[in-house]
Amino acid sequence: MLETEVIRSRRGGFTRRKFIKGVIAAGATASVSGYLFRDSGVLAPALSAQGAVERLVTLTVNGQQRRVDVPKHETLAMTLRYQLGLTGTKLGCDRAECGACTVLLDGVTHYGCSILTHSVRGREVTTIEGLETDGQLHPVQQAVIDEGGFQCAFCAPGFTMSMVGMLAKHPNPTREEAAHLLSGNLCRCGDYDKILNTAMRAAELSRSRA
Amino acid sequence: MAENVIGTDISPPDLRAKITGRARYAEDFRADGMVFAKLLLSPMPHARVLNVDTSAAERMEGVLGILRADELPVQSEGTREGALTDEPKYEGEPILAVAAVDETTAAAAVEAIRVDLEPLPFVLDPLESLREGGPDAHVGGNMAGRGELGSLKWPASVFEEAGADRLPMGEAPAEWAIGDIEAGFAEADVVVEESIVHQSVTHHPMEPRSCMAYWQNGKLFLHGSTQSTERTRGSVARMAGVEPDDVVFIGEYCGGGFGSKISGSPIMAVPAVLSRKIGRPVMLRITRYEENYIGRARAGFQGWAKIGFRADGRMTALDLYLVQDSGPYGASDFFTAGTVATASYQPENMRFRGVAILTNTPPRSAQRAPGGAQIVAMLEPLVDKAARELDIDRLEIRKLNAPDSDGWLGPQQGPFTSAYVREALDLGGELFGWEEKKQLSGQRNGTKVTGVGMGLSPFTAGSTGRDGLLVIRPDGKLYVHQGIGNLGTHSIADTARPAADVLDLSWDQVVIVWGDTSKHLPFSTVQAGSQTTHAHTRANHAAATAMVGLLQELAARELGGSPSSYRVADGRVFRAGNRAAGMSFAEAARVAMEMGGKFSGGEVPEDLNDATKAAVAGLAGEGLIAAARDNYERAGAVYTWVATFAQVELDVETGEVEIIDLASTTDCGTVMHPRSLAAQTNGGVFQGIGMAKGQRWVFDPKWGIPFTKRFYTARPPGILDVPLSPRFAAVDKADPYTPVGAKGIGEPPVGAGEAAYVCAVADAMGGQCLCRTPLTADMILAELEGRPRPYGLLDTHV
Repeated sequence: MLETEVIRSRRGGFTRRKFIKGVIAAGATASVSGYLFRDSGVLAPALSAQGAVERLVTLTVNGQQRRVDVPKHETLAMTLRYQLGLTGTKLGCDRAECGACTVLLDGVTHYGCSILTHSVRGREVTTIEGLETDGQLHPVQQAVIDEGGFQCAFCAPGFTMSMVGMLAKHPNPTREEAAHLLSGNLCRCGDYDKILNTAMRAAELSRSRA
Repeated sequence: MAENVIGTDISPPDLRAKITGRARYAEDFRADGMVFAKLLLSPMPHARVLNVDTSAAERMEGVLGILRADELPVQSEGTREGALTDEPKYEGEPILAVAAVDETTAAAAVEAIRVDLEPLPFVLDPLESLREGGPDAHVGGNMAGRGELGSLKWPASVFEEAGADRLPMGEAPAEWAIGDIEAGFAEADVVVEESIVHQSVTHHPMEPRSCMAYWQNGKLFLHGSTQSTERTRGSVARMAGVEPDDVVFIGEYCGGGFGSKISGSPIMAVPAVLSRKIGRPVMLRITRYEENYIGRARAGFQGWAKIGFRADGRMTALDLYLVQDSGPYGASDFFTAGTVATASYQPENMRFRGVAILTNTPPRSAQRAPGGAQIVAMLEPLVDKAARELDIDRLEIRKLNAPDSDGWLGPQQGPFTSAYVREALDLGGELFGWEEKKQLSGQRNGTKVTGVGMGLSPFTAGSTGRDGLLVIRPDGKLYVHQGIGNLGTHSIADTARPAADVLDLSWDQVVIVWGDTSKHLPFSTVQAGSQTTHAHTRANHAAATAMVGLLQELAARELGGSPSSYRVADGRVFRAGNRAAGMSFAEAARVAMEMGGKFSGGEVPEDLNDATKAAVAGLAGEGLIAAARDNYERAGAVYTWVATFAQVELDVETGEVEIIDLASTTDCGTVMHPRSLAAQTNGGVFQGIGMAKGQRWVFDPKWGIPFTKRFYTARPPGILDVPLSPRFAAVDKADPYTPVGAKGIGEPPVGAGEAAYVCAVADAMGGQCLCRTPLTADMILAELEGRPRPYGLLDTHV
């Protein structure tokens, strides 16, 4: 049943409801995001009850093939942070409210806290750590440096990934369009003015590099 | 000559790490053998733990240990808060913690623990607790005073006299007065009087207060989120029951604190003590849900103000009464509020009365302008009301009453080191276009009505007597050791600028050392009360001045001549008029290491704080070392003012408010970092607007549990909630009593933004003040349509 949900979600988008159902079906309490299932055995019955579950998956993260042992209900943000050491993806709310965990799947922005790792097999995962090429900053990163963007910057990786995703689809946004396209991310320092300056600067840099 | 770096835009040196994912916040650290802890939170707002059965949890595979409240060095007692408690005083207060090999096992173990609780009476509304026979937040008391639990009840007559719509005002434990309040009212031509409610608001920084700890060779290593690095070590030591020397605190980045992480968090005790108990590194990952409970909140007020004005607009009397919701462990916002009011209006006569009552709601702490933001947002609409009655322009009435540098600060401080408030108001009026925009007031376009308003917000902005510590190493670079935290304001870099400018050194030759108490950090302020910019530009200025002296003396000894014949610039010390006759900083560092003594940390000034002396001792011999205490003169109270102007459109059919334009100005002395200053100000303004607009603090009165515990129910402003291009300008006039001229900025924007918003909404409603926050769409609509209010005027948590 879980498998069906996951397969369907890969074709037809991923809803919050399906996500929560997936987590519950896999045996975790809904209030807790699980990770690092070592050998505690707590979930062994739940896992075996699902029948043969392939836990070993190959992920494509920042252009590299990574083999990881992941339970069915682990979220991508947890796998990235606690199995692959990619802690640039932040957890701000665990529940798709703040966007700090935003990553790209095949170039499209997703909340890493709200997608199951098993559902991203075969897709290109890009995190904040994967934006630099040969030591050169991505235009969005360079734009942040140019504009002195962000304050505490806990939201910065998520906003940056959203800007990368935005510019891939909308290379020439107006300030207003950029605000709408970035509205899935929250900055508690309220640095939105500089964030929009950064977005506009990033668009300019992307065009000149293209 | 190196270019002066003060007043220019720089890209903060840690920004590349922040934007590539390399910056490590507390939850990003790992240690070998690290395990996870999970908290058991109280399901009741006030209860006593009768019995805990952990047997089932302990039998679970992977469970490593359980930590109870009585194992902590700092235990909950009276109004002192422990990290865990057997008498939870708010729903969500941690009772115990479980460590297990993974977080899911820890959470499953928490579920398997049986806790028998005896429910105790609880209270959410301070006024309920003040009634005779009303419930108390603690067993045996409802008031925090000087660390002791006290009790206060008002006779029923106080409540009867007040009626339902006016704040009951019984005996007030805190009271002060200036002049004669009755004489002030006798002189007044217009008197306005209102009861006003300001809600409590959770801080909700983006980074929850996760922390990780382990022990090595008897020392505690703790990775946590804090606003202040050096000053957090001591509080962690107390929590762990060890000496500060036995703590290494690492907090390189802080994902926002806003007052909720001034010197770390009480919860840090859990991984600190649990990791010692089980002999494994422990990560305590705090979720957003948990952050809502333990993450601190601003204290709410139920208040009453009566204000008198002469026909010329001068405030003759301000009578203020505040009842504060202190949460379970106390807060001091209310007292600050009275002081801040005087810095806005300089009333000729004033009386302040206040009472702070404990409630069974999440703990309070300072939140950007504690007390200040609330009082500004509460009083500014009343000033507008009086201005309308007096037919005086709203900007003019603020200018009329604003202090200058000779002003006073209640109850017994002042003058100010500088107060260019009128300049800030004038600049703001110009930037916003007040004269033109006020003509738009009340203009209707379809269903939308325009309102304009402004808020003037003062707050304390500096302190003195901290230490600066600089090292020139053999690589020729200047290392600025910063004991302050890296909380996102860029002050970690900006307060190092005076060192570069005094030494006439190019900014790229400056390295900032921070974020880890094993790196030898000097005594610093806590990053609170907007002290940092003021305190540490001074401390680093003092240390750099000492460094110049050391360089001159060292060069004279090595190369001959008198010290005063040497100049310092561009990374060299040289004879005046002859750049070739001298040595580079790299050479000077090597010479200092040979000479020893005062040149390389062997001797230090006596007046340094012990923490700085220890830091210097740790660095001794590593280069040319200068440490100095800030002994610069300061004459008066250090205050910053922010004025914010807002234009809104209120949809009279939906009650929704859209902010069309915002402009803010400040008198915060010399501008250190223009772009960062604008961002700090705008961000604070948005946080203030959030308190009045979208964030909520709502409780179920029957069970005492919060409804608003996540971002979707207590939502801070998003990118679409604020104008696309808020405007900003600074007076940029140096404070004469500090060598760099700069004052702090962190706090006053919050009240300015909130007040401007509240006043603009009132303006759109034809000058009608709802006198409460938040102003939700349904409240606005009920008012506009003349329907009965769905809440009592003094109700909180609605």
